[in-house]
Amino acid sequence: MSYAVDTKGFYGNFGGAYIPEMLQHNVETLRDRYLDIINDPSFKKEFNDLLKNYVGRPSPLYEAKRFSSKYGARIFLKREDLNHTGAHKINNTIGQILLAERLGKKRIIAETGAGQHGVATATVCALKNIECIVYMGAVDIERQAPNVARMKMLGATVVPATSGSQTLKDATNEAIRDWIQNPADTHYIIGSVVGPHPYPDMVARFQSIISEEIRQQLPEYIDADKPDSIVACVGGGSNAAGAFYHFLDDRAVRLVAVEAAGEGIHSGRSAATSVLGTEGIIHGSRTLLMQTVDGQIVEPHSISAGLDYPGIGPLHAHLIKSGRAEAISITDDHAVKAAFLLTRLEGIIPALESAHALAALDVMSYRPNENIVICLSGRGDKDLATYMKYLDKI
Amino acid sequence: MNRINLLFANKKNNILNIYFTAGHPHLEDTVAIIQSLTEAGADLVEIGMPYSDPLADGPTIQASSAQALRNGMNLGLLFNQIKDARTKSSIPFIMMGYFNQLMQYGIERFMAKAKDSGVDGMIIPDLPVEEFEKHYKELFDRYDMNISFLITPQTPEARIRHIDAVSNSFIYMVSSNAITGAKSNIDAEQEEYFTRIEHMKLKNPRLIGFGISNKTTFDKACGFAQGAIIGSAFIQTLDKAKQDEIKTKVNQFISSVRNGSPA
Repeated sequence: MSYAVDTKGFYGNFGGAYIPEMLQHNVETLRDRYLDIINDPSFKKEFNDLLKNYVGRPSPLYEAKRFSSKYGARIFLKREDLNHTGAHKINNTIGQILLAERLGKKRIIAETGAGQHGVATATVCALKNIECIVYMGAVDIERQAPNVARMKMLGATVVPATSGSQTLKDATNEAIRDWIQNPADTHYIIGSVVGPHPYPDMVARFQSIISEEIRQQLPEYIDADKPDSIVACVGGGSNAAGAFYHFLDDRAVRLVAVEAAGEGIHSGRSAATSVLGTEGIIHGSRTLLMQTVDGQIVEPHSISAGLDYPGIGPLHAHLIKSGRAEAISITDDHAVKAAFLLTRLEGIIPALESAHALAALDVMSYRPNENIVICLSGRGDKDLATYMKYLDKI
Repeated sequence: MNRINLLFANKKNNILNIYFTAGHPHLEDTVAIIQSLTEAGADLVEIGMPYSDPLADGPTIQASSAQALRNGMNLGLLFNQIKDARTKSSIPFIMMGYFNQLMQYGIERFMAKAKDSGVDGMIIPDLPVEEFEKHYKELFDRYDMNISFLITPQTPEARIRHIDAVSNSFIYMVSSNAITGAKSNIDAEQEEYFTRIEHMKLKNPRLIGFGISNKTTFDKACGFAQGAIIGSAFIQTLDKAKQDEIKTKVNQFISSVRNGSPA
């Protein structure tokens, strides 16, 4: 079985481009040109140069020894939190801003949940002197205030999405509506492996640097260029897609996708799409999503704004449904506990999103001394207000 | 003959298609709205299936959809209401909604139920024409269910030709690069686009929608196509209406579009 996207934009039954005619021209142009553009030597040179000298790649692969001895495994953290702007999101926005330039676009729009993608987009727009508008759910604007301030300082306009649950799903709807109204001059930088083809494949390619580096870095520690397991959190799934990418066809590597269970899978306040979701269409892609029998999209919940999304990218739907990846759900409280544990054992404050991946170690089975890579997708500075509420309870 | 094709065979201009969101402003208004529209002289009625995430719609239709869902609207109930309305109206009924709604109901089950309820055609903005042709055309044909596709100022000529070839209904001309309800006038650039499409001599009739709100914009659109579609402006007039005011509000609105003054 292949895990690459097919020519129609599908991963098995999932993917495609279910978009209104108003978006057809832009999405078709992107589909017809993205591979030529990103494979062009001048693009590659500029992309790699910015990843190295601006983002600070390669990001370290760090053996977390105290954390490892707590779990009885060899645990390696892929330190995407050390990237410029504090998360993996910048890998994709660097790629897409270079693409937008080559498409002749003068205006950038983006959606954001936790604000990391918004900050990463505002950053590359500042770098390239391009107008930037970021749509963010009104609820998320409240709970991720530091990132809102960063976007504003970077010169972006932050527009609150006030419809629906006022989180990531609604911010994405608003960004799509903006693109419908500004098709000629605007490029939409989607932040995850979601949306119509070619976005899931394009974003996965830009994030695939994560697994490319893991392959190069592991031999510094172990006698192999692959781990036994790779664990990553999944909202839309871009850091997981990047961390899994170069191991997709190697069945010896176990892939673990960690979702947000919120207050519990069956609490009515959850974002555990692989358990609660059914096949349908969200944001132009056929995938698994949380919905009613009538096809109304259900408002999700997670303490982590970046995982508070009712769907998952079509690649992940395919990986999970075909049995290639294993899905695990982690509750809000459990994720916070894991964040404190890593902080106290290793002196690393993880993002709430990444904390879900860390917590998966309590749930997944593994052999003693197994080699496990966890994608530490972002740093926790933005989440301090939430963490402080738990300080006395831990 | 399908009622939509019959209408366009008999009437060549000033065709007025009114969109409303089923379940708004009240859950049980569907029959009254359709009956009043028919009596007031609307030529077609477009019944919106309220959706949680209407990507192509502006604030007015988003809000009416959210209200309808809070009121408890669902497809089972809506089909019953449409079937009831069919006994009181003989104008064409079109259902408009997003593809996920049909997928979850089951496409064939939807076709059978829609046909049985007296529905003549569909508008599904996020179902691309290629996907329709490949997977669903045969099914739609079997149930004599028409489908209208959208074209926009950005749609290339070859794609418009393709859509025209696949269509068996009217072509829905989106008046500008917009979501529903966003504009309130028609400018020179739009007129140029309307003229360009008119000169293509398509086999299907055309209705212009998005940004058509009153007699001025309706008349202007009718100068370039067989008629036009009004949605958001109509929904706004119903917004605060009590149930017993529906008929009066509908009459006033249609009269103001047709004659420039309320009845």
